[in-house]
Amino acid sequence: MRPAHTEGVETSSRIGGFARRLHGIGPLLGLVALCIGGTLLNGDFATLDNAMNVLTRTSFIGIIAVGMTFVIISGGIDLSVGSMAALIAGSMIWMMNGLKDGLGGHTFAPLTIVMLGIVLALVLGGLFGFAHGLLVTKGRIEPFIVTLGTLGMFRALLTWLADGGALTLDNSLADLYGPVYYASLFGVPVPIWVFLVVAAGGALVLNRTVFGRHVQAIGSNEQVARYAAIRVDAVKIATYVLLGLCVGVATVLYVPRLGSATPTTGLLWELEAIAAVVVGGTALRGGEGRVIGTVIGAILLSVISNILNLTSIISVYLNAAVQGAVIIFVAFLQRGRR
Amino acid sequence: MSLSVRFDAIEKQFGPVRVLHGVSFDLAPGRIYGLLGENGAGKSTLMKILAGYERASAGTVSVGGQPVAFASSRDAEGAGIVLIHQELNLADHLSIVQNMFLGHEKRRGLLLDEPAMRDAARTRLADVGLHRHPDTKVRDLIVAEKQLVEIAKAMLREARLLIMDEPTATLTPAETQRLFALMARLKEDGVTIVYISHKLDEVERVTDEVIVMRDGRFVTRSPTAKLTRQQMANLMVGREVSDMFPAKPPLPAGAPVALSAENISVPGWAHNVSFSVRAGEVLGFAGLVGAGRTELFESLIGVRKRSAGRIALDGQPLGAGRPRNPRDAMTHGITYLSEDRKGRGLHVDMALKDNLTLMTLERYAHPFVDGAAEREALKKAVADFGIRTGNLASRARMLSGGNQQKLALAKFLHPDPRVIVLDEPTRGVDVGAKRDIYFLIHRLAAQGRAVIVISSELIELIGLCHRVAVMRGGELVATLGIEHLTEERLIAHATGTH
Repeated sequence: MRPAHTEGVETSSRIGGFARRLHGIGPLLGLVALCIGGTLLNGDFATLDNAMNVLTRTSFIGIIAVGMTFVIISGGIDLSVGSMAALIAGSMIWMMNGLKDGLGGHTFAPLTIVMLGIVLALVLGGLFGFAHGLLVTKGRIEPFIVTLGTLGMFRALLTWLADGGALTLDNSLADLYGPVYYASLFGVPVPIWVFLVVAAGGALVLNRTVFGRHVQAIGSNEQVARYAAIRVDAVKIATYVLLGLCVGVATVLYVPRLGSATPTTGLLWELEAIAAVVVGGTALRGGEGRVIGTVIGAILLSVISNILNLTSIISVYLNAAVQGAVIIFVAFLQRGRR
Repeated sequence: MSLSVRFDAIEKQFGPVRVLHGVSFDLAPGRIYGLLGENGAGKSTLMKILAGYERASAGTVSVGGQPVAFASSRDAEGAGIVLIHQELNLADHLSIVQNMFLGHEKRRGLLLDEPAMRDAARTRLADVGLHRHPDTKVRDLIVAEKQLVEIAKAMLREARLLIMDEPTATLTPAETQRLFALMARLKEDGVTIVYISHKLDEVERVTDEVIVMRDGRFVTRSPTAKLTRQQMANLMVGREVSDMFPAKPPLPAGAPVALSAENISVPGWAHNVSFSVRAGEVLGFAGLVGAGRTELFESLIGVRKRSAGRIALDGQPLGAGRPRNPRDAMTHGITYLSEDRKGRGLHVDMALKDNLTLMTLERYAHPFVDGAAEREALKKAVADFGIRTGNLASRARMLSGGNQQKLALAKFLHPDPRVIVLDEPTRGVDVGAKRDIYFLIHRLAAQGRAVIVISSELIELIGLCHRVAVMRGGELVATLGIEHLTEERLIAHATGTH
């Protein structure tokens, strides 16, 4: 008559309410605990420099994770983001270097070239996301499979473009482009500002717009959403496009850091981005989640790797292993909710 | 070996919702019991507890004098109790014999003993009168045959008590006859049968005794022969059936046609169906399960492919293939509330207000969604539709079935449709909420909306509708006006035996 899984959900609503609240602030508590631990372990941890360093490094993954939050809440997944970032970085550098040598006798101002590179990054991100969305909705292929396929394709394309080595941005362009990563505004590095804007925008879109509500409705139950006159396919495609744009933005910030793209650029970013989303309390099965949780999740993961760097308890080579373990542990805690 | 069962003060709660309130009665061996009650009366839950699918929150079940608490359906089967589900529980891609032995495979060493299983299956299939090779895939069987496989499977497990939940809902009259003959033979072998059905004429024919439940409580029991069908219906509803329905408002003369559908065909489901409904009219759709009613209307809102047919709204014909999707349908003034409330009607994990405003969220967004306006709308809907909830901020799953259905109605009326299609609007709803929904339907009609009600409960269609269209095998076979609306006529058209 009623599905069995309703059983026991609210048997002890007081405890349940407490658990829910705890779950809401759980990631934040974890972050605070880590920061206290980090301070105790190494005096260098609790410095402003280190905090800015951690946040700047977080911003790439964090921006991607904000987009990933939308995809996961709608019930999808994107495994390709790391490879996508690498291919976008490679394409940007390749095009910018090419434009510097002039095109058909026409030469471009360095600033124009950098601007065109940025535009290319966003356009490519949007297009890749659109392709994912189309394959998932109109092609009716599991997002896991679609993005597993493109994960391989994107990285292979970059490797081919770089001929197995590195694509390095021309020095004069790199000098001009550098501040996008290295400059600060009011003492805060540019990537952190961008991360902040993307996160705030993401939270606003998710919680306060029709699109955001539709994303949640689709993830909660796609069939019900379809019957409720929601354009399910269009919304799902839009979530992948949004994520692609976020990958584009993250890449725009990342390229000036090293000024090159190699076959290992963006390696395992998908792991970190998905981990940030899950650690932040978004259910992997979709339906509900919070952008602020994702932001905290992303920072928490960077803090872990920062502590590994600063201390010698666990080798820094085991960073991905720790992140993987954190995902599994959080998924374990989430099991059986709802 | 015979088996007596005793329920003693059985309670069951799902979260905050109590579905059984201290139910006590007993079943003697070798009899056929009709278990009667409306949707939501708690029959299925009680039987699931007996068959090990659910655990009672309180109270005891005794079998053969011993208190039992089955941890799984397997335990119950071990004690000789088998429930045959309404939605049959067979694995479609496995063969008959594989299904019959699922979880109880015979082995020789490490390998399956296929010949022994096939022989045993063949014997049982012959017993129940299914003449199919045991290696036939279940997906190649028709529903009646699947049901026989379920019964053969139960016999294989030496079932002494068989619970049948709406077994004839999808059967033709001839198939129903065969099932009844089989039930009589099982009874002679000393098997107890609990027969759950809404078809009172069948209950009258095959059962020895009826047990009536209402709103999670045991109401009464009586030898079948001592009750008329009318009495059974009144006992189920808890009052005179006629009190349940408001007086039908007369259809205003010359009311314009709100929706007309011409020669609608849905591959595999409906063929050349034409009908029309006027503003202010309540049009019913009757038919057996699988007659194509739901699929017909799913095609009209564009969630299912239509191979032919045009529709017109308020006399304006729409283009071919339109409405293309539920949004298109909604903009043209039609909404459809599915029979599958949790799977298609409501987001049970979302807040009440989110559910209410989901279809028309644009109205609340300029450009950011105005939560306060949404809460106002919810307050109004709660009052208008009589939704009982302690907490406006709770999720839809916290509401009882009846209140969920009222919320669903509010949601699909929120776009202010001129034509609303309600598919099984009172399924899984208690008696009080049912009556509220009937009155609401008439209020909608009085507002000048066209209301289409698809229902399997004939009493409901007769009590509510100005006209009832009957579908059989994907065709619209008859449309009966108010003066011809009787259960016998509807069943005769639905089964093709008039």
